[in-house]
Amino acid sequence: MIELNGVRKAFHHGMTNEFWALHGIDLRIEAKRVTALCGPSGSGKTTLLTIVGCIARPTQGRVRFKERDISGLPERFLTGIRRKSFGFVFQKFNLIRGMSALDNVMLPAYPTGEPRRTLHGRAERILEQLKLAHRRHAHVEWLSGGEQQRVAIGRALINDPEVVIADEPTANLDSALSLEFMGILESLVGEGRTVLLSSHDPLVVDSALVHRVVNMRDGRIL
Amino acid sequence: MNLWIEKQRYLIDFTLASLARRKWKNLGLLLVYALLVFVLASVTLFSHALRQEAARLLQDSPELILQRMVAGRHDLVPPGYMDRIGQIRGVQKKEGRLWGYYFDPVVKANYTFMVSPVAGLARGSIEIGSAMARVRGLAAGNVISFRSYTGDLFSFKVVGVLPRNSELVSADLVLLAEDDFRAFFSIPPGHYTDIALSVANPQEVRTVAAKLASALPDSRPILREEVLRTYAAILDWREGIVLALLFGAILAFGILAWEKASGLSAEERTEIGILKAIGWETGDVVGMKLWEGLLLSLTAFLLGFVAAYVHVFRFSASLFESVLKGWSVLYPRFELTPHIDGLQVATLFFFTVFPYAAAVLVPIWRAAITDPDAVMR
Amino acid sequence: MTRRYSDRALLLLLLLLVAFALTLADAARLRAVRAPALAESGALVRGLGLTDLCLYTEARYTRHPSQADLHSAFQDHPSALEHFPTGSIVSPPASLMHFLEAGREGNGRAPSSGKPEVSGKP
Repeated sequence: MIELNGVRKAFHHGMTNEFWALHGIDLRIEAKRVTALCGPSGSGKTTLLTIVGCIARPTQGRVRFKERDISGLPERFLTGIRRKSFGFVFQKFNLIRGMSALDNVMLPAYPTGEPRRTLHGRAERILEQLKLAHRRHAHVEWLSGGEQQRVAIGRALINDPEVVIADEPTANLDSALSLEFMGILESLVGEGRTVLLSSHDPLVVDSALVHRVVNMRDGRIL
Repeated sequence: MNLWIEKQRYLIDFTLASLARRKWKNLGLLLVYALLVFVLASVTLFSHALRQEAARLLQDSPELILQRMVAGRHDLVPPGYMDRIGQIRGVQKKEGRLWGYYFDPVVKANYTFMVSPVAGLARGSIEIGSAMARVRGLAAGNVISFRSYTGDLFSFKVVGVLPRNSELVSADLVLLAEDDFRAFFSIPPGHYTDIALSVANPQEVRTVAAKLASALPDSRPILREEVLRTYAAILDWREGIVLALLFGAILAFGILAWEKASGLSAEERTEIGILKAIGWETGDVVGMKLWEGLLLSLTAFLLGFVAAYVHVFRFSASLFESVLKGWSVLYPRFELTPHIDGLQVATLFFFTVFPYAAAVLVPIWRAAITDPDAVMR
Repeated sequence: MTRRYSDRALLLLLLLLVAFALTLADAARLRAVRAPALAESGALVRGLGLTDLCLYTEARYTRHPSQADLHSAFQDHPSALEHFPTGSIVSPPASLMHFLEAGREGNGRAPSSGKPEVSGKP
């Protein structure tokens, strides 16, 4: 479903402090499966995730999504794909302060101009599924870590994406909440979504839910 | 179309939620902004309306007033002067005017004493302006005494008070009979303060004035068009006092706008990055920020303008009274007729709404077009 | 429905726009209402041959700015500070400024407004 060919990523490209985070990644990610990227910090997991999720572009190489080359697309189309097909859950959640959980979940759909009633309904259903309905109007800064993560997941799901990407989802959670997360993961797979995540938590990596583990080190796949 | 409208509503939702995070700061900004518009609009509305009123009222002034100068100072018109005007073509009517100033030490006010050309006032009676009546507590039937410049005391009976509606032109007038005037000010018969001339054809007035100037070299003709032009130029609020009033507000607003324009806070930058990462395009981000600028400035403009209108035309610009009144003891109580100059309002609108909207937009161009992966770092 | 920020904001904006429109309407109405009062003043101007509005009565040149003579308009010297607060609002009549300029340019030649030269004439 997602294919990466010779993908390389550099930061501050062409400048004196140039840093190559990825040194030629060839990877195929299967649809409707859970793929986990495993490796120590600095191995380029997050960078790879952002490239797959259309948040960043590769410096070199190609990314194909459903047989379509997306790495060279203009911003407008890339954003459209990002919005429709990918849902990203950040390690630091990156929720908007001062807005309620419900508003945060609806946020990615704002630019589509979808009628509020339907959008609202869908967001409510998602929050219910994530057992957050009772906190829908709470401002996100008042929520606990686990609740915030669930809001972040809900936000990633609002546009009904085919692919869900999660960066170190259990890094800030205790075991109980981590297990809860794995439960949510199971339901995502059950809905037929493709999941790509990065982790160095054995609870995740060694889980039966993960179909494939890709090991990385120093910007390369081992 | 509906999609677009709904999207704009979402953008407004977001931008207001964002502003609500610093609710009091932004409300303060709105208030300062509205206050600035209020002061500017009050000044504009007041001066424009007054100018219009002056133009309308004074269009019936005499076409030509002739003053006599002695050693560069205004002096009385001597007997026989009027005859020298004689046969200048175009002069329909000439009338010697008698008027002067009187300082009343009781209330420390200046009055304008005038002889009414329409006659009818008996000796010993006066008609007074309503502001003067108010200040001295007079009504028809009362008697009032003035000490002339020769030291003698003159008593007059008030037979009438001029209409209150005309205070703008008659507030300080004291109308008296010609004989009384001459006796009071010791002006011998045949002398006049100046001469009012009426010229039939308005095109002719300048030529008549030129002829008068050559026939009477010590005269100074004042044309009605000059009178009207004087009042058009009057209330040019470029001078210090009102600017001082505005300065505080302008400064405060300038600081706030500068802070906005000089760059985004880290929080705002992160927020934009997040929005882009979750699927907002550059255009959406810019649109959202534009709404922030527009909503604030439009609200401030409308609030300020409506408040200014009410202030000037319903409360007689009472906040500016101390500036407008100056040291006058007699200030006419008048209700200004509203004349709103569309051009001035539009100018005010453009100069208040657009700079702020631009100030909000400027710093986000850069942030809006960068790739959102910066948010990860 | 009214919990939504955009609804509240747009409602407020609409109210303000209505208020703005009302001021324009009110202005038109007041103009009509005050027309007779204006007419009364106009009659007085005509009857008495008045030339100035009675706004500031502190001095000759503030009470009758259109009649004030050259020297009193500038008080002590042309760039003297104003003695009265209103002097900062009321500028010297344009006609006087023109007169000064013309006097500087030519000598003895009266400017088109018909004013005689004051300075330098015996």
